Amino acid sequence: MTNSADTIDKAAAEDTVVVAYPAPLLRIDTVTRRFGAHIAVDGLSLDIQAGEFFALLGPSGCGKTTLLRMLAGFETPDEGRIALNGEDIAAVPPHRRPVNMMFQNYALFPHLNVRDNIGFGLKTAGLTRAGIDERVAEMVALVKLDGLEKRKPDQLSGGQRQRVALARALARHPQLLLLDEPLAALDKKLREETQAELMALQRQLGLTFVIVTHDQDEAMSMADRIGVMKDGRLQQVATPRRLYEAPASRWVAEFVGDINMIEGDIRVRDAHRLTIEGRGVGTLFAVEPREAVSGDEVCLAIRPEKIRLSRRGLAPGLNHSGGMNSVEGVVSDVGYLGGRSIYRLKLDYGGMLRVALANTARLDVDSYGIDERVTAWFTPDDCVVLPR
Amino acid sequence: MSAKSLFSAPARRMAIAPYVWMVLFFLLPFGFVVKISLSQTVLAQPPYLPVFDLSGGMAGLRDAFAALSLDNFRALLADHLYVASYLRSVVVAFTSTVLLLVVGYPIAYGMARLPRRWQGVAMMLVIVPFWTSFLIRIYAWMNILQHDGLLNQVLLALHVVSAPVVWLSTDSAMYLGIVYSYLPFMILPLYATLAKLDPMLLEAAADLGVSRANAFWMVTVPLSWRGMFAGALLCFIPIVGEFVIPDLLAGSDAMMIGQTLWLEFFTNKDWPLASALAVVLLGLLLVPLLVYDRVQRRQLEHR
Repeated sequence: MTNSADTIDKAAAEDTVVVAYPAPLLRIDTVTRRFGAHIAVDGLSLDIQAGEFFALLGPSGCGKTTLLRMLAGFETPDEGRIALNGEDIAAVPPHRRPVNMMFQNYALFPHLNVRDNIGFGLKTAGLTRAGIDERVAEMVALVKLDGLEKRKPDQLSGGQRQRVALARALARHPQLLLLDEPLAALDKKLREETQAELMALQRQLGLTFVIVTHDQDEAMSMADRIGVMKDGRLQQVATPRRLYEAPASRWVAEFVGDINMIEGDIRVRDAHRLTIEGRGVGTLFAVEPREAVSGDEVCLAIRPEKIRLSRRGLAPGLNHSGGMNSVEGVVSDVGYLGGRSIYRLKLDYGGMLRVALANTARLDVDSYGIDERVTAWFTPDDCVVLPR
Repeated sequence: MSAKSLFSAPARRMAIAPYVWMVLFFLLPFGFVVKISLSQTVLAQPPYLPVFDLSGGMAGLRDAFAALSLDNFRALLADHLYVASYLRSVVVAFTSTVLLLVVGYPIAYGMARLPRRWQGVAMMLVIVPFWTSFLIRIYAWMNILQHDGLLNQVLLALHVVSAPVVWLSTDSAMYLGIVYSYLPFMILPLYATLAKLDPMLLEAAADLGVSRANAFWMVTVPLSWRGMFAGALLCFIPIVGEFVIPDLLAGSDAMMIGQTLWLEFFTNKDWPLASALAVVLLGLLLVPLLVYDRVQRRQLEHR
């Protein structure tokens, strides 16, 4: 992946699947699912390629779990079709689908030990007794549960239970593995370790993973692509980096990560540069977005870590007249978070701005105190212009 | 945290209440029964000897103790009537318990699958018959089952049978009465375990390629084992000692132990032998209770 801003703003080949060959492993085609008057999934379409690690991200109630349950077969779409390898699976009951799911609370069988939990679905998969033993041993080794085969689920730790659930879901060699909030029950340290293991496992087995999560860090760190859902619709489907750096809408920008959202009006449209009068901020410059914004009422979005602070005003040539964005204000609040600090600035024009600075030195030489006068500056490239 | 710090002093004192109850209303009376079972029957008031009488002093008490014997228990073993009664009681209780499981399980399962707001209604429907006297309900069954009763009338009207069938005073009538009367005791513990069963487990089974029917045998049944055991115990124990239902609905050719006990106690006025019957009965009933305790302890150890 290249690092230039060009890639982020202009090229989009990695997001949209245009090719006819190879056909996607999974094609979700204008699928709708209603519960009474509530529309859980609303005319949603999505292609997922074989070998992909895809994350469905969204707030609770956005329909992501319903979508996952339709892929597993626990829900049937009211409209639209779901095709796996080109075959419509909408009418195929869950126990006949080459799809396995890792359940949110693992749903391990409490009366069976680790070995029997993992081997539960293998008898019906047509394996012999010896074949089952072999497959279970293989899975136990894969998820590093050696020596625990005889334990019951309630004799395992949370992390071990998670591994059993994963091994059980993988044991039938599914074409598609669905993971419903797989790490939500783990504590933070264990979650980060497990994320890395899941990614390694997915790459090693060459499997296709679809994961549902409300935790954006989880989606960002693991997925090849993320689909952000709201009210039963996909708001944006993109790589984690594009999602963060080039959000498609104001909602996505505010949902993913922290961002300063400045409402403003376009005053001047140059070839590539917009001059925007920001409410409470003053005049700002931004680069014209790939898809030109219609109308003059826009939002200018800037991530807190893209802003730098300075005690002195900017040097001539780097300042406003030189095309750099700079605004003056005083520090009103500092939040220390260890690796970085969040500064809240009260701008001279009346608005507020959040700035995140990395705490690069142990001694607080870089930090700014409350009530200190500062200049905040950021490049036009770092601004995202979105329709209001 | 120890119980001492968890509960206040009055609460701790209250904890002995069940033990006081047990001693006063179970152990003490049972002691009397054991004592009478070791006595000999006489035509007197009370109808047994020896009687512990403190007026006789220490020597009198010693003589009374010396007069106790195990003769009644030997008599129980010697006469096949008693052994046959015990055997019939156990067979009837076992058969009834199996029937109750077969009938009760689908009902409890259906209740647990109802929408939550209907589950309370279903529970009421199971319990409501209890608001009518047990005896009245058994008499109602006698009425239905008798020669010109409702059942025969319906069967004749539908031309299922050409002549009235003898229902009353048969084992079928007795089993019908027992299953009808004890069904709630089977349904409620079963329902309690089935309602707690996580439906997600059945989804997991389906996801792993197991059909609904197989998932029932591989997941639901093993996980409702405790409810089945509790329900079976709750039915089996009282059915072993059941007196009214076999007396009113079954024939008089074979007796359950409750009937034999009644006969010895009231008709033959043989209190000591009746007491011996009761002591052995309690001993028999302890067996399933101990098994249940073992099973439960083993499950706790697994945690």
